[in-house]
Amino acid sequence: MLILGIESAGSQVGCAIGGHEGVLASAHAAKGRRHAEHLAPQIDFVRRQAGIELSDLGAIAVDVGPGLFTGLRVGIATAVSMAHALGVPMIPITSPDLMAFPARWTSRLIVTALDARRGELFTALFRRVPGGIQRVRDVNVCTPDDLAAELTALDEPTLLLGDGALRYADTFHDLGRVEMAEQGLALPSARALVQLAHARAMREEFVQPWELEPVYLRKPDAEINWSTREGGA
Amino acid sequence: MTDVILGIETSCDETAAAVVERAQLVRSSVVSSQVERHAPFGGVVPEIAGRAHVEDLVPVVAEALVSAGADGADLDAVAATTGPGLAGSLLIGVSAAKALSLVWGVPFVSVNHLEAHLYASFVEEPDLELPLVVLLVSGGHTMLVLMEDHCRYRLLGSTLDDAAGEAFDKVARYLGLGYPGGPVIDRLAGDGDPTAFAYPRSLVQENPDTLPDDRRFAFSFSGLKTAVVNHVRNEPDVPTADVAASFQEAVVDALVTKARWAVEATGARGACLGGGVAANSRLREAFLDECESLGVRAFLPSRSMCTDNAAMVAAAGWWRLSMFGPSPLDTGADPNQGLPLIS
Ligand SMILES: [Zn+2]
Repeated sequence: MLILGIESAGSQVGCAIGGHEGVLASAHAAKGRRHAEHLAPQIDFVRRQAGIELSDLGAIAVDVGPGLFTGLRVGIATAVSMAHALGVPMIPITSPDLMAFPARWTSRLIVTALDARRGELFTALFRRVPGGIQRVRDVNVCTPDDLAAELTALDEPTLLLGDGALRYADTFHDLGRVEMAEQGLALPSARALVQLAHARAMREEFVQPWELEPVYLRKPDAEINWSTREGGA
Repeated sequence: MTDVILGIETSCDETAAAVVERAQLVRSSVVSSQVERHAPFGGVVPEIAGRAHVEDLVPVVAEALVSAGADGADLDAVAATTGPGLAGSLLIGVSAAKALSLVWGVPFVSVNHLEAHLYASFVEEPDLELPLVVLLVSGGHTMLVLMEDHCRYRLLGSTLDDAAGEAFDKVARYLGLGYPGGPVIDRLAGDGDPTAFAYPRSLVQENPDTLPDDRRFAFSFSGLKTAVVNHVRNEPDVPTADVAASFQEAVVDALVTKARWAVEATGARGACLGGGVAANSRLREAFLDECESLGVRAFLPSRSMCTDNAAMVAAAGWWRLSMFGPSPLDTGADPNQGLPLIS
């Protein structure tokens, strides 16, 4: 089955097409946050590079977050529209799953930390299990200090990756058993998305376009202010 | 021939899709309003709007296609509003439209939201004669436009401060009437006396020639809003219905007077209304009267065509496409996009 993967939850935007032969073609842009401008031309380009028609696709995979809200929605709006128009199912994958995937060979505890802005990180913990990796703690949004405290308490060999980990490297610098992953693994990628999605497609883990739900983890500011005001009144 | 267009509109707080043939035959028009989600906050909250657009997008597009009895193979182009509006909301419709144009292999057309409002009347009355004066009044905009020809506009004047719809919202909020303010004031004003209080009409005089050129067709509503607020603060017991009716009368008077001046100054063949405030019943009545006394043809789009919808986007998209061709796939959203004017 041929799958188009769309990834725009982080500071870059990209897409890839792949199937049982692996990734056939991919594109990404990391400069500027003009996800909506880049994505449609990228899809057209990747489709040509892969030598297929969009009607050959059997599923659309998309990073459902958590991530930066606007970019995330550009990817999701594009993905659900395509899946709906093509009449194919979708494979939703979270950004921490995508970030951990390329590090699946390590025996260390894998910790993903995507920059959530406002001094916070979207984080998750993974461990190697037979046949792959498994998330061992739910995705959350926390401060770098919270994460450092969590890692200190766990006190085990850890691979820390993500643009948030790099941004707040100073906070994690002195933690003894934490190793920092390189820049190349700092963001979720469309290539990883297609590979991971293919495995899930084999297990028929699909959703329909109208069932797909973004993972925001944060409420809109207005609702936060509102509930604070209500609570105080 | 490009005849059947899917339009998508997500510039503010309505998720809308429509299938329109030749800019005049509406085969379907679906609007999902988020007004209830924003009402507790007294205005549109951009992040709430973005989330709702993503949720509503597929169901709205699906319903528009199904009720038009159309599928991808029947469509000749996909149009979406690219601005002005809320950046995060616009991007959702633009992304969806470009995705659909890729899948169906048809052109994508970028549509200006204000231009779409100008075309709302043509959807229902394709034989409107040009040149035409359009009074476009909504929560975000208040402007007088001379439509010289299709896709050729001259901006006569716009608001210097608040949009008319914004003034309705602010006064309604001050009077404790809730959000959105337009419909509630319209309703309440029906029970009040529009002549009870003489609120100010900014930039309106007996003779338009006594106003400087750049003010003649301009509007200003912030002074009016302040006058109403001060009045109610000083006299808390005045009947709210009379305040609402008198306030509405002042807004309508300013709008209609300038529209008359615009028709007189340009020699337009007709005049029409557009935008959410054009659903106001007093404005519709006064606008018709004024045009009748001027002897020009007036056209009032139906209320559902005045408020944000995607049929007008598809119609404007058809004209854009036939005159200027498709838009590039790297088109983004432009929250401050102005009406494309002739220089
Ligand atoms: Zn509008």
